[in-house]
Amino acid sequence: MKRSRKPAAVLPALLLTTALAGCAGGGGTGSNGTLTVFAAASLKSSFTEIAERFEAENPGITVTFSFAGSADLATQLSQGAPADVFASADAGTMAKVQEAGLVHGEPRDFATNTLAITVPPGNPAGIRSFADLGRPGTRLVACAPQVPCGAAAARVADSTGTVLSPVSEENSVTDVLGKVISGEADAGLVYVTDVRSAGTRVEGIPFPEASAAVNPYPAAVLAGSRNEAAAGRFLDLLAGPEGQEVLAADGFGPGPV
Amino acid sequence: MTGGHAGRQAYTGVPRWLYALAVLAALVVVLPLAAMVARVNWANFIPLVTSGPALAALGLSLRTAAASTALCIVLGVPLAVVLARGRFPLLGLLRAMVLLPLVLPPVVGGIALLYTFGRQGLLGGAIEVLGLQIAFSTTAVVLAQTFVALPFLVVSLEGALRTGGQRYEAVAATLGASPGTVFRRVTLPLVLPGLASGAVLSFARSLGEFGATLTFAGSLQGVTRTLPLEIYLQRETDPDAAVALSLVLVAVAIAVVALAYRRPGGKVRNQQASGERPTTAATPGGALT
Amino acid sequence: MTFSFQAAVDERGFDAALSLGPTDTVAVMGPNGAGKSTLLSVIAGLVRPDRGRAELNGRTLFHLGEGWERWTAPHHRGTALLAQEPLLFPHLTAADNVAFGPRSAGTPRRQAMEQAVRWLDDVEAGDLADRRPAELSGGQAQRVAVARALAADPGLLLLDEPMAALDIHSAPLLRRLLKRVLADRPAIIITHDVLDALMLADRVVILESGRIAEEGPTRQVLQKPRSAFAAGLAGLNFVVGTSAGDGILASRGHIAGHSEDPVPAGRPAVAVFPPSAVSVFLTDAHGSPRNSFAVAITDLEPHGDQVRVRGGGLAADITPAALTDLGLVPGMTVHLVVKAAAVSVYPL
Repeated sequence: MKRSRKPAAVLPALLLTTALAGCAGGGGTGSNGTLTVFAAASLKSSFTEIAERFEAENPGITVTFSFAGSADLATQLSQGAPADVFASADAGTMAKVQEAGLVHGEPRDFATNTLAITVPPGNPAGIRSFADLGRPGTRLVACAPQVPCGAAAARVADSTGTVLSPVSEENSVTDVLGKVISGEADAGLVYVTDVRSAGTRVEGIPFPEASAAVNPYPAAVLAGSRNEAAAGRFLDLLAGPEGQEVLAADGFGPGPV
Repeated sequence: MTGGHAGRQAYTGVPRWLYALAVLAALVVVLPLAAMVARVNWANFIPLVTSGPALAALGLSLRTAAASTALCIVLGVPLAVVLARGRFPLLGLLRAMVLLPLVLPPVVGGIALLYTFGRQGLLGGAIEVLGLQIAFSTTAVVLAQTFVALPFLVVSLEGALRTGGQRYEAVAATLGASPGTVFRRVTLPLVLPGLASGAVLSFARSLGEFGATLTFAGSLQGVTRTLPLEIYLQRETDPDAAVALSLVLVAVAIAVVALAYRRPGGKVRNQQASGERPTTAATPGGALT
Repeated sequence: MTFSFQAAVDERGFDAALSLGPTDTVAVMGPNGAGKSTLLSVIAGLVRPDRGRAELNGRTLFHLGEGWERWTAPHHRGTALLAQEPLLFPHLTAADNVAFGPRSAGTPRRQAMEQAVRWLDDVEAGDLADRRPAELSGGQAQRVAVARALAADPGLLLLDEPMAALDIHSAPLLRRLLKRVLADRPAIIITHDVLDALMLADRVVILESGRIAEEGPTRQVLQKPRSAFAAGLAGLNFVVGTSAGDGILASRGHIAGHSEDPVPAGRPAVAVFPPSAVSVFLTDAHGSPRNSFAVAITDLEPHGDQVRVRGGGLAADITPAALTDLGLVPGMTVHLVVKAAAVSVYPL
């Protein structure tokens, strides 16, 4: 009786460990020529192109990406996710990662992003300026103040004295864009790069007041990197003319290098 | 043989290894919840769950879940009765369609609702003409919740309607009761336990609804930001608040589920059985012990 | 006629006609699946026949087919149904159950409750008024169900084996009660028990395969059955053939008998004789006028203080002593012998 009990108890534990081990495989850090980059979702298009150039210039190194919201990526990093480079869409998130001792050296700002008004094609509500967003009856969708794009919107509103009352405060620019594309919202506040990537599904209206909240994008080599040299070269490429050219094409402003 | 308390128990025939796997299955559910509870910042728990946004979200969640449950009852009871009793072509198709929200990702539900009730949606024009605005309103939250919760009520109630009642309804009709009277005085009371558990499940599902609300209703404190949306937002900046609010939601969910499964087996079935089979030999005019 | 009925349900192979006078009680008997319950369901309006017509007290219950499309909903028919199970509404007290019919007819609650109490008293269940069905025994519940059916003041009472689910103590009480309440109202009762037919019914209708095989006054049907089922009920041996001389010509040969009125030769006729008149022999015992059938024994079963020997579709009753003497066992071939004088022959 006693002996038969043991395998029965061991079996599920075994199953559990094999199952978990199977899941853990994902993103191994690259001592064998792999560079793992955790980057904010808005960087997807630019970084994919930059990575191609990087791989061309650094034969034998493959770049793998994990694109997600900056806060999500920071959480994953603090839970021990292995990566070489972290590129955040806002300074606050980078600061948290740095405080946690996960950053090697100093983060570098490699790009900036500014807000733009986005409206459905044809601009049915006739939005012309930032002040129009405060007009009663305008269905404005913005990011919640807790997320970077929302914080930026609040800063612009404060600096201009405009009172914004959005009908919805979304968690991400994707959600804001979704509401504008579907025509539910008259206007949304997102980044210039988001308007650019949405193509013809929305129209973008740049506005001068946006300069009150220029959002820097910092990148850093991570403390856990086993390929610091390559990670450093990747950062150099971002800040260099080639990287800046690609980023500018997607609507990013120059990093204050 | 099998342990200390086996003395008077009836034979169950469950192999030992099944228990081991059952424990594993329970762990899959319980362990993450326990891990979350372990991360609760108890020192700040009360301030975190009683902050303005948290209370607004909880209040909104309870109000909208109650409203959508009411809507589920009003719409779901007739639907369940038709599905259980009706006989017409395409009944099977109708049932399958009604159950779809059970397997659809909620975000798909949100998109579908958007294209129905949204400004550019199927009914959007008509709704605008009436001077109503559904998108970004609490009404949208209730609609989203009703969409995902209705199948729970319908399935639960249809099951109750199927397992019993039809013969009682026939007898009631031969006693002179019109279909309306039969429904009110026989059908409904007989399926009341099924209706109650269906309503509780709908309430629980409404309370947990997230994807459809986010897609269709938006997120604004006090208007459309229910507790799950508040948790999702707090996670961005204040994980402690997110964990604390999650615990509140778990507690409410546990209370609701416990309420629904308080008693296994219906009261009705027991009564029916004893009506069919006398438990004691009846003596003329004799009382039952 | 208070009640006239004719209907066909093709799907169930049912096609029967029936009529009742103002105080008639008809017992419907027949093998399982013969269409007995279908008959009641069609009358009550729970099953819609393909064609047919029924009237109760001058009102049309249905008239379907041949261009007619009249249909009265069950709740307007006044045909209360009492089933094998009481089917008391579990969420209502006994009194509320009984008051259900009157209240459905629009009687105010207080008045309906007064009527309910009277009906409960009438079925000797007055003390059960406040009980829930779960607190009643099977017999008590069925009495309350009778009160409930009567309280609805039905023009025709339909009873579907009301005694079948009761134990042997409760059944006689309910049978006495039904005899009293059925005496002065039209009713149709489905039963498997010949005692019910004799005690409760004026007439018996035998249904076989959805058709009426035989009908007539209960006593006459039991004495001179014209269907195998009725003969079985009466406990008689029943052989179908054509009349020939004083007997009939059947598939098992000529059976000698006697008839009260001479039957012209060649007509469909039956030979009927009780098992008690049949003797069992191990060898063929000839001698006129008697009939002898060689059969293999299929069953031996106790029958009162006798033993019933079955074989070849016939039955014989012998004493246990004779059984021992003859050493009968199933499978054995024996000769069943009956005197011609004990065999009655009459036309079908």
